[in-house]
Amino acid sequence: MNDSSLYRYSRHISLPQVTRIGQQKLTQSRVLIVGLGGLGSPVALYLAAAGIGQLMLVDGDQVDLSNLQRQIVHNTAQIGQDKVISAQTRLQALNPDIQMTTYSYRLEPEALQQLITTVDIVVDCSDNFTTRFAINAACVRHGIPLVSAAVQRWNGQVTVFLPTYSQSPCYACLYPNQEEEGEVCSETGILAPVVGIIGSIQAVEVIKVLLNIGESLCGKLLLLDTFTLQWRTLKLPKDPACLVCSSVNFIREIR
Amino acid sequence: MTIVVKFFGSLREEIGNHEVKIKAEQPLTVAQVWAQACDEVPLPHHIWTAVNMNYVEQNTLVQDGDEVAFFPPVTGGSDEN
Repeated sequence: MNDSSLYRYSRHISLPQVTRIGQQKLTQSRVLIVGLGGLGSPVALYLAAAGIGQLMLVDGDQVDLSNLQRQIVHNTAQIGQDKVISAQTRLQALNPDIQMTTYSYRLEPEALQQLITTVDIVVDCSDNFTTRFAINAACVRHGIPLVSAAVQRWNGQVTVFLPTYSQSPCYACLYPNQEEEGEVCSETGILAPVVGIIGSIQAVEVIKVLLNIGESLCGKLLLLDTFTLQWRTLKLPKDPACLVCSSVNFIREIR
Repeated sequence: MTIVVKFFGSLREEIGNHEVKIKAEQPLTVAQVWAQACDEVPLPHHIWTAVNMNYVEQNTLVQDGDEVAFFPPVTGGSDEN
């Protein structure tokens, strides 16, 4: 780490749980962010600022005027641009030291799976069930940690799945009935800062899992209702009948 | 027995109340608690349920003094145009 990096990350390095060794680890980490919208914006901004060495950005959408109320990685001049390009520009300006790879299209399950095998952790900031289930299945199969969150209206939820731990639930344990459609925010609305709160927690969890420190949200579902400002942490058990994770052989080497 | 029932997120908005108390003579399942608290409307399949902060199935039996909470699953990533 050169002098400029030592100084840039000095507030991390001062943390006894991180230190120079932890920061070095972050700079060598590869993180996949699926979705550069409301959640993906704070996730990408904080992880770029934190010095995650390589960010893989996936999003098939273009920046729309109605995104800018909450998707803070993009700006008004970038309306119409691919979101991954718009985000890359902003993130590279924030931290020129990091490397990024962009995918400006919705990845098919097979391509997604291949990409997931090349990263240390996945952050699900996507907006639809199909993508969420595909990400989960690939993470379970390849033993890749997954930080998952969702938001709508005044509410948010966030959790962590660590498929290498035998007791970890997976996203499918939460939604045993995959065919059910949830509400989408274009129909129900979303209060801008809710994505900032929940996305920031996702970024915290990514850093903790990468550094293997602290207590993660694995096995717990953190729920937020900002209208009444109530937080809830539910214990989330693994579903022994889960079609995705129950049949996987969990005796894997913990990386 | 008395059961504390809590509603979160959009459920709180729809029901117009974030907490009610119900009384029961017989042991109830989580789904029956919902029905009693919500004018016998059946508990929708997709609603998440928790007893004393533990995520549980809808057919879980509830004990006297338990807190039963209902949550609408949140799915958006706020990525939509």
